[in-house]
Amino acid sequence: MRGCLLTERNRVNEEELKEVEIIVEPGQGQAELNIGPQHPGSGHMRLVAKIRGDIVEELVLDPGYVHRSVEKLCENRHYMHLIPLVERPTIIDSIHMNMGYIMAVEKIMNLEVPERALYLRSFAAEVNRISSHLYGLGILGIFIGHSTMFMWGFADREPFVEILQNLTGARITNSYVVPGGVRRDLSQSVKEFAIKAVSYLRKKIKDYENIFLNNPNVRARLENVGVISREKAIELGLVGPNLRASGVPYDVRKIEPYAAYQKLDFEIPVYKEGDAFARTLVRMEEVQQSMNMIMQIIKEIPEGEILNQRILKQIPPQRIKKWYEEQKRIVFPGYFASMRPPKGDAISRVEASRGELVYYVVSDGSSIPYRVRMITPSYMLIKPFMEIAKGHRIADIPAIYGSLDYFPPEADR
Amino acid sequence: MKSLSQLSKPELSKINYVVSELSKLGKEVIKDIKAEGERRGYAELVDRKYILLVSKKMKEIGFDHMKAITGIDFPDQEAIQVVYHFSSYSDLELAKIIFAVKTWVPYDDCKIDSIYNVFPSAYTFERETYEFLGVYFVSHPDMKLFFLPEDFEGVFPLRKSFKIKHEGMFIDREE
Repeated sequence: MRGCLLTERNRVNEEELKEVEIIVEPGQGQAELNIGPQHPGSGHMRLVAKIRGDIVEELVLDPGYVHRSVEKLCENRHYMHLIPLVERPTIIDSIHMNMGYIMAVEKIMNLEVPERALYLRSFAAEVNRISSHLYGLGILGIFIGHSTMFMWGFADREPFVEILQNLTGARITNSYVVPGGVRRDLSQSVKEFAIKAVSYLRKKIKDYENIFLNNPNVRARLENVGVISREKAIELGLVGPNLRASGVPYDVRKIEPYAAYQKLDFEIPVYKEGDAFARTLVRMEEVQQSMNMIMQIIKEIPEGEILNQRILKQIPPQRIKKWYEEQKRIVFPGYFASMRPPKGDAISRVEASRGELVYYVVSDGSSIPYRVRMITPSYMLIKPFMEIAKGHRIADIPAIYGSLDYFPPEADR
Repeated sequence: MKSLSQLSKPELSKINYVVSELSKLGKEVIKDIKAEGERRGYAELVDRKYILLVSKKMKEIGFDHMKAITGIDFPDQEAIQVVYHFSSYSDLELAKIIFAVKTWVPYDDCKIDSIYNVFPSAYTFERETYEFLGVYFVSHPDMKLFFLPEDFEGVFPLRKSFKIKHEGMFIDREE
C-alpha cells in the first residue's frame, strides 16, 4: 500500500521498497471480513468484504437470511389473500407493495378505478414515501454516527405513520388498496391531521438541513463516497432515488403515470454527482415534493365512489348500508376470496420509495395466480452495491449501505 | 434531451418501430411478435439459442437494462418458460415501453445462454432463476446458490413439483 504514496519528497531506499512490494503481491495480504448476518443495518444479511489493509477489493453480498419465499406462497393462495402477503417484505413501504400487485391484477381483470380512489391511492403512497424516506435517513444517520438524525427521523416519521393509521386502520401493514379502489374513505379529521403533520415537517426540514446536511462531519462522510457514474448506473439497472442521484431523470410517476400522478404537479429532483451525498439530497427533496403533493390532493380530491361499480354491486346491500353508507368503509364478504381473473398476464410498475417496483402476474383463469414475479427496488440494488463498494475503505461501507437505502427483507422477499 | 413535462404521451410509432426492427430478424428467429397498446409488447422466439442474438438486437434498438427475468414452470409441457423484460433509462421515449421476449427451456436440457455480458443488470435475475427453477445460464460468472442456503438440496423450489409442507396445528389434549 505504501508503494502508491511514494512521491519525490519521501523517497524510500530500494530495500524498503522491495519489502512493500512483497506485501502487495496478488493473493497475499488479503483478508476476508464478515459483516453480519446479525443485523448489520436494516435487516439480516451478510456482507463478505475482501480487504487489503482497510481497502475493500471486493464486496460479496450474501442475501437470503430473511427470505420468505413470497413468490412460492403466491402460487398457493387466492388473489385476495395475497394482499397482506405481498406487503410483508417491506412493511415500511407497504402501500406501494400492495398497489403494484393490485395494479397488475386490475390490468388482467380490466378494472377501472374511480377518480377519488386514484387520488386516495396517491395520498396514501406519498404519506408512505415520507415515512419510508425518514426511516432511511434515520438509518443512514445512525450508520455514520449521527444519532440525532436517527432520533429525529424516527420521531418525525411518527405523525405520518399516524396518518396512515387513521386512514387505513393499521400503522404499517395497511392492506389499503383493493382491486377496483381503496378500502376506506378520507375523513375530515384525517385531512386536518395531515395538514398539521405537513406544516410540522416543513418547519423541521430546516433543522435537518442545519444539523445534518450542512454538518461538516456528515459531508466528509458522504461527499465523493460511493460514486456511481450515469453509464454504470444505467447498465446495472439502478433504481429510484439512487438512479436519479446519478443524473438519470427517470421516475415511473412521470414516465408511466399511475394513480393520480397525471393530475398532480410535482418535480423530480435529479443530481449529477452520483455520490452518497447526492442520494441523501434526492431523498430529502423528495420528502418536500411529497408534502406538496399531499397538500394538493387534500385541496383537489374529487367527490365520488371509492370502489369500482362492478365490484360494489357484488357486495350485499346490508353490508353496504352498515359499512359503506354509515362509515365509508368497504368490507368484502367472504366469497370475494375466490375471485377469478381471466386468463392472461400483466406487468405493472410503480415508483416505490426505494425505487421502481415491478410485478409480473400470470393468471391461468383460476382463483390462484399461476406465477407472481416480484422485482423489488432493493433486489435491483444487490449488484450495484457490490460494484459501488469496490475500492472504498471499510469505514465507508456503512455510508454506502445507508445512502443506498438497501433493505434486506425487501431484497430477499 | 426533452424535459419530462413534454413527454406525457408516448409516441405511438415507438412501439411499432421496436416491432418492425425485431421483425427484421426474420421468421426463423421470431415466431410471434405483437404490440399490446403503446407501452407493452412481446416477442416469442422459435428457439432458445437465439436469445443472445435477440438481446444484442434489443441493445441496438436502445434498450439498456432488464426489468425482470422470470421463469415459469409448465409441468405438462415438461418445460420452463423464460420471460425477459427489457426497458430503457437513457431514452425516455423508450422508457415507456416494457418489451417481453419469451422462450422455452425443456427439462431434459435445462440450459440457456446467459445475457449477462450484454445486459449486466441480468446478474441477479439469472442467478435467482437458476437456484429456484434450475435453468442453467451458460457463461454467467457466478452460477451458484444465492438466496438459498449453501447446503440446500432437493427439487428446485419454484417448480410446481415442489410442494409446500404444511406444518399442521398442534393442540395439547388434556387426558
